[in-house]
Amino acid sequence: MNKFDNVMKPEEKTYAYTPGLKVKEYMTLSKKRVLPISGRVLVKENQTVSPETVVAEMEMLGEPHIVKAALLLRIEPNEINEHMLKAVGDKVYEGELIAQYIAFFGLIKRFVKSPVTGTIENIGASGWVTVRTPPIIVDLKAYIPGIVKEIIPEMGAVIETSASYIQGIFGVGGETYGPLRVLVNSFDEILTADMITSESKGKIIVGGSFVTLEAIRKATEVRVAGVIVGGFGGDDLTSLLGYEMGVAITGEEKIGTTLIITEGFGEIAMSHRSFNLLRRMEGQVACISGATQIRAGVIRPEVIIPQEQAKEKALEDELSSGMRPGTPIRIIRQPCFGCLGSVVSLPVELQIMESESDVRVVEVELDDGSRVTVPRANVEIIET
Amino acid sequence: MMVLRKPKKDMRFILATDVGSTTTKARFFIKNEEGDWRFLVAGEAPTTVETPYEDVTLGVRNAVREIEELTNYKILSEEASGIIVPFDGERGVDLYCTTSSAGGGLQMMVAGNVKSITAESANRAALGAGAIVMDVIAIDDGREDYEKIRRIRTLRPDMILLAGGTNGGTIFHVLMIAELVKAAKPTPRLGMGYKLPVIFAGNKDARPQVKELLGEAFSLSVVDNLRPVLEKEVIEPTRRNIHELFMEHVMSHAPGYNKLTKWTDIDIMPTPAGEGLAMQLIANAYKSNVLGVGLGGATTNIYSIFDGRLVRSVSANLGMSYSICNVLKEATVGKILRWVPFEMEEKELINMLRNKMIRPTTIPQTLKELIIEHAVAREAIRLGFEHHKTIATRLRGVKVERTLADIFEQSLAKTYIEMIKIGIIVGTGGLLSHAPRRAQSLMILMDAFQPVGVTRMFQDSVFMMPHLGVLSTVYPEAAWQIFDKDCLLRLGTVIAPLGEAKDGEKVMEVRLETSSEESETRQMNFGEISSISLGEGKEAEIIISPAKEFDVGAGRGKALEAKIKGGVVGVVLDARGRPLNLPEEKRKETLLRWISSLNLYPDAQMRDLAEA
Repeated sequence: MNKFDNVMKPEEKTYAYTPGLKVKEYMTLSKKRVLPISGRVLVKENQTVSPETVVAEMEMLGEPHIVKAALLLRIEPNEINEHMLKAVGDKVYEGELIAQYIAFFGLIKRFVKSPVTGTIENIGASGWVTVRTPPIIVDLKAYIPGIVKEIIPEMGAVIETSASYIQGIFGVGGETYGPLRVLVNSFDEILTADMITSESKGKIIVGGSFVTLEAIRKATEVRVAGVIVGGFGGDDLTSLLGYEMGVAITGEEKIGTTLIITEGFGEIAMSHRSFNLLRRMEGQVACISGATQIRAGVIRPEVIIPQEQAKEKALEDELSSGMRPGTPIRIIRQPCFGCLGSVVSLPVELQIMESESDVRVVEVELDDGSRVTVPRANVEIIET
Repeated sequence: MMVLRKPKKDMRFILATDVGSTTTKARFFIKNEEGDWRFLVAGEAPTTVETPYEDVTLGVRNAVREIEELTNYKILSEEASGIIVPFDGERGVDLYCTTSSAGGGLQMMVAGNVKSITAESANRAALGAGAIVMDVIAIDDGREDYEKIRRIRTLRPDMILLAGGTNGGTIFHVLMIAELVKAAKPTPRLGMGYKLPVIFAGNKDARPQVKELLGEAFSLSVVDNLRPVLEKEVIEPTRRNIHELFMEHVMSHAPGYNKLTKWTDIDIMPTPAGEGLAMQLIANAYKSNVLGVGLGGATTNIYSIFDGRLVRSVSANLGMSYSICNVLKEATVGKILRWVPFEMEEKELINMLRNKMIRPTTIPQTLKELIIEHAVAREAIRLGFEHHKTIATRLRGVKVERTLADIFEQSLAKTYIEMIKIGIIVGTGGLLSHAPRRAQSLMILMDAFQPVGVTRMFQDSVFMMPHLGVLSTVYPEAAWQIFDKDCLLRLGTVIAPLGEAKDGEKVMEVRLETSSEESETRQMNFGEISSISLGEGKEAEIIISPAKEFDVGAGRGKALEAKIKGGVVGVVLDARGRPLNLPEEKRKETLLRWISSLNLYPDAQMRDLAEA
């Protein structure tokens, strides 16, 4: 197969790279707010909403309670219908008779009562009766202020807003909002408990390279709405949650605040861009969510800072632009974890790393002017 | 659906991909001038399930584009519509096929009457089809009904397999389980707008009632009973149905799969099913009991083919990237650090693994991080194998027939896997295939599985077992040629006696003859490990004389003569004892000695790390 001998060609760009986390000064943001199951949409197209506006509501199925009626009446399962006092669809109250067995002119009496208030949902061939409790109404809030751009029938709506936007790498805790308050002077300063006072109540506080466990506890104590910081201790996360996290699926934690880390675990300075943006926006309301899912349908934590008059930068076709000389990147693994720089070249030949791994690499000029060669898998593009 | 665009004899180029949970791996195969199929080149790119690239075909295109760059050969169509098929004289491939485990793979819930009988058979059918079994619900599983209902509701599986009862027997219990499923009303994980598929593979007499109960709210399909009679297990119809539903429902709802299914010439196969086929190819070719591992980013799949029975287990949350912190959680920090020959704070290890979890596509650049990942790999495989042994019990296996006497013993059944009877151990998955030195993957497999006696060790050279597994379904000749010549890397043979002794006590004497003139004799003492060079394709006669407390397969203290094969690492003499216990005292020194004996890592850097 001579056709394939020595045909490697110099490479100008690559498509095999990790998409970076988004940090955008201005963008038009569309947020799809949908119920997990169908329900009622309560907003109209072009309506202005606030984070607290209920966009849609749904009825969550109540809990099913199975009553082993045939067994209790000591009859054959296929005889159950003859002894039911209620039919499928009937409403019943807790303690109300739903089936009975009377024999020998009333000498033998056996009764079955409903264990809960609800509706008879099923009378099964196995002699079981299912009583389901009334549905629970669940609200879906807008989460961000903006305009309703589109109604998704029975499911929710698309809210559009102009905003600054920062994607985090990992978070815990749900959706919340509050004014931004930067508590450190620099992107590489540690956020400690003594920096957090009652003045931070209801606010989204911003730290630098790290937040201590004590500081998070203090934030919870003074009811800080959320914490945004570069890094957090992996072992502190276990202490904070009260259990060891095995897989990164978060957003439902009840820890009293929402924590978003922008860089990773350990002490890692927050990227200049993120920190400077947050500092510039200090005092403005930010809507944040710690929900993270690092599997299919990836969800990253986010900071949305709504803007009155956003100047939108044209969205490039990010994929087609690929990684090429000059592309700004961030290194996301040791030994240069967190360093920023730009692509110098993308050598086509595999290169041997310190670990002796033979990998495709990227040559990077760091912000301090030095040059390093790292695996392509260990950089992410900084999306501008 | 299988539609080959060209007769097999006319094919020249084949492209296969595996859309993994972390990385999409493309492999390019060609027919050479001698008419043999060979692997030519690999391309890899991150799997694209993350915004803004929520479409797996983008990752496939990126990986294939790497192949194009490396070969200067055109495979992708200009209009971004997919792969050029067939080869048009200048460009394209004649066949494109793929496996996939992205989107978390196929996630199933299994329900049956009796946990140790029908639910167990259902579990096996689901695992055999390449699924991750999220939970097994049974009438007698010890949970209250409301707990079972809550569990079914919260799991949100891709599909449910419902089994129970023998044909002609009572239908009561299987209807009870069906009612629990109905009451729970679970919603599917992917795609809200469709009914959750339920497969009924239970007592055929219960079909009308099950249809009445579940027919409306679920997408119900009915197949032959898994256990038509108590002593017989019929898995194939269920397995086939699972696969069909996987294509129809799960694949079509994962991001970009609709598009990908149009690109491929044959059905997309779950990665573990492809791997399982490859493991079976090895067992068939070498007529040996085989133990294999597919160590992935999200899951660890263990395969055993023992006395012809293939059993697969999947540990859904043990993996080297997405699930790396679950290995930490299950194994504990201490168990991981015990394999690390240098000082490291627990905190540093935890941060390192959590960072890998949140940035799963990164690879270790430093030796320190490589050694840590290798330590985690040992624990992931060890835990996965422990799990496997609970499934590979006497009742397990594909289509086994048993007597009633066997059935009554089922509650006492232990694993039938005897390490001394395992002839081959195989490793695949990114970490093993990409280990910079082949001795590293051999040592990881050896430490995790702890082979006993004489065991050949194989490895997937550049991670293409799933690719060749799916290819073997349509073109087995090509698949085997590539498998034998380019995929199956013969690492060597491990000789490890069963038994324990004190440090320095004699364990065995080994005499290795490569020819009548060339021989080498070595005495191995307890705690030692060493290797003898015997290259790939070479053979040797070996006489192993164990000390009286040790057994290499012929009985305690009895000598064993065998013909053994070499490999890229050679013959490894492991006198560390079985079970393998790491010493508490001088643990690091011992590890460094083992590392040095097998030349696992670069010496100078290793010294620096140990001294730091």
